[in-house]
Amino acid sequence: MSEAAALREPWRSLPRQREAATLGIWVFLASEALFFSGAILGYAFSRYLHAHGFLAAARETNVWFGTVNTIVLLTSSFAMAMAAQAGDARLRRLSLVSLAAAVMLGLSFLILKGFEYREDIEKHLAPGAKFALELQGAALFFSFYWVLTGVHAVHLTVGVVLIARLLLEASRRELPLSSPEIQVTALYWHLVDIIWIILYPLLYLAGRA
Amino acid sequence: MSDAVLELGHAPLGSRLSYLDAGRTLWSWLTSTDHKRVAILYAASITVFFFIGAGAIAAVRLELISPTGLFLSDDAYNKLFTLHGIVMVWFFLIPSIPNTFGNFLLPMMIGAPDVAFPRLNLFSWYLNLAGGLFTLYAVIAGGVDTGWTFYTPFSTMFSNSHVLAAAAGVFIAGFASIATGVNFIVTTHMLRTQGMSWFRLPLFVWALYATSLVLVLATPVLAVTLLLIVAERWLGLPIFDAAHGGDPLLFQHLFWFYSHPAVYIMVLPAMGVVTEVITCFARRRVFGYAFMVYALVAIAAIGFFVWGHHMFVAGQSRYASIVFSFLSFVVAVPSAIKVLNWTATLYRGQITFEAPMLYALGFVGLFTIGGVTGLFLASIPIDVQVHDTYFVVAHFHYIMVGGTVSAFFAALHFWWPKITGRLYDEAWARFAAILMFFGFNFTFFPQFVLGYLGNPRRYHVYPPEFQVYHVMSTVGASVLAAAYLLPPFYLLWSLARGARAGDDPWGATGLEWRTSSPPPTENFLVVPVVTRGPYEYHEKGDAPAAERRIHHRTQSQP
Repeated sequence: MSEAAALREPWRSLPRQREAATLGIWVFLASEALFFSGAILGYAFSRYLHAHGFLAAARETNVWFGTVNTIVLLTSSFAMAMAAQAGDARLRRLSLVSLAAAVMLGLSFLILKGFEYREDIEKHLAPGAKFALELQGAALFFSFYWVLTGVHAVHLTVGVVLIARLLLEASRRELPLSSPEIQVTALYWHLVDIIWIILYPLLYLAGRA
Repeated sequence: MSDAVLELGHAPLGSRLSYLDAGRTLWSWLTSTDHKRVAILYAASITVFFFIGAGAIAAVRLELISPTGLFLSDDAYNKLFTLHGIVMVWFFLIPSIPNTFGNFLLPMMIGAPDVAFPRLNLFSWYLNLAGGLFTLYAVIAGGVDTGWTFYTPFSTMFSNSHVLAAAAGVFIAGFASIATGVNFIVTTHMLRTQGMSWFRLPLFVWALYATSLVLVLATPVLAVTLLLIVAERWLGLPIFDAAHGGDPLLFQHLFWFYSHPAVYIMVLPAMGVVTEVITCFARRRVFGYAFMVYALVAIAAIGFFVWGHHMFVAGQSRYASIVFSFLSFVVAVPSAIKVLNWTATLYRGQITFEAPMLYALGFVGLFTIGGVTGLFLASIPIDVQVHDTYFVVAHFHYIMVGGTVSAFFAALHFWWPKITGRLYDEAWARFAAILMFFGFNFTFFPQFVLGYLGNPRRYHVYPPEFQVYHVMSTVGASVLAAAYLLPPFYLLWSLARGARAGDDPWGATGLEWRTSSPPPTENFLVVPVVTRGPYEYHEKGDAPAAERRIHHRTQSQP
């Protein structure tokens, strides 16, 4: 495993390549931010139109699942940051352990989310013929609930796969710890985390104050 | 051997293997991450999409010869103009100049061996192709009838056509756009060669940079909007459903937040092309380089804040309408600066009228007409009169076809010798350029009159008194079709029989002309060092003198 193994066309130096990869992911994250803000704007607009129904509907979400998942995800972000920093400092063992922790925590989030979805469906919180709530706006709230958490879960799944791949390659010494890929994946993971931090109050805390 | 030695030395002629020789098999093309080969892949796929979209509208135009229709059912008519819109917007116009000429030229113009992320570049082509195949599936399975705009509630609740497949196709193609935008931004930031400072960049590079900003920041909003459509139509989430308190106008806001900037995705690269061509064939420094840069960036930025002018009659607040109207006037200012600067660049130039120049001059005129009629539409009282009429159709075709497609053909002829190493036949090319200009105006000018008189767009039948304008438009479209069919023939002929181009057939200044035609895989055999600005065709404060005129090589060929 040499430093040169991480160097790709068309770059001539690893620091330059890292800088480019980091800039690239920041630009992509800006794009992602606009992707979510489109849906969040829809949420804000609909909530403005139907404040009463929205807040009543928000009280139906399971705040315990939401809160525990927030803690899980924040911890995984810490683990991922640790993995990237440890990689930079060439602390191989710490880096690998942190990557593994991030994967496990990411998976825990998805599993918890799955249990929460099952409960939501059992309580007829999916808009449709059997929808449980009658207030105008409640169906809109749950439309955005399913879209926003669903899209977030897709992003999280992608992140888990990416980190698992890093873990696998790094543990086989196929991926040097200095590779920009760890740094870039960490940035993506933090964005997924930050989006959840915005979704958590919008979907779980609204109407509960 | 170090780079320093390489910079001073000359490349040995023996190693000048071009990018076309890097592999002859189809597989070598489908797996190549060379930006030049990806550009050719994109060129091939968008050419196919262009002729699919053109075929659909040819049937529509024929149908409109008669006020009551000739051979299409109402359903088929709706599906054909929808197909035309979707294919032309997302699978031809959006990728047209950026993904072909941008891909090919951006790294060469800044002296780089490739784009920043070559594998991502190839991946974007596969995404675009996958999106196109989804859309084609929607067509073969029975078509889509919502118009390219997918307006709710029709698209979510009432249309019985294949909306999901088409929306999925556009959604996927959007990620190809984002990948390209990210790639171009990082390439421009990180891979400029020694001495290539920001204000020495050719304006085509600046145009691609501004376009990339719009691609990256607007496309995701389209993606999420289409996702909401899919969620409502497929999963039954009533997001835009008025019966549950949803608002269809929200869809229009989200849709136009992308789709108005999308117009600038189409036209900014065209502006870049035209600047390269006009300076070269006028042998002139560009007038007001810095203002050309500011204008490009200003158009990209202000373009994000004008989307509400599509909704003057949709029931949005009148105060919102006034603000959007004002901002739409503001965005015309940098566009006007560009037209002024192109015109001033021609002043005291040594102008010659090769085919690329004819297309570029055509662009300036047609873009101006399209822009000025855009100001008509930005004025609320006029928009109320002509909204959703052929006036709007004529306006945006002047920008997208008269503007962008003209510039696409300008670029195709200007860089053809660089891309293929061959010279095309100048006489045929000039003939096609003039025919295209004539056919275009013949097709679309009558539509301004039609719209002003009140013929709504997208209607299958119309009152008989409008027939004369529809017939004129259809005849013009036939001329236009002939003009579009010419270049494939003489360009392909040139591949086999055209004269060798040499490195720089036009005597142009850009870095892309400082290497062989077609270029080697690594673009430059020595690392180029830039010491001057982009358009130094003559001394500053001077003008190109007649006796120092550099004749283009095509003119001296026997």
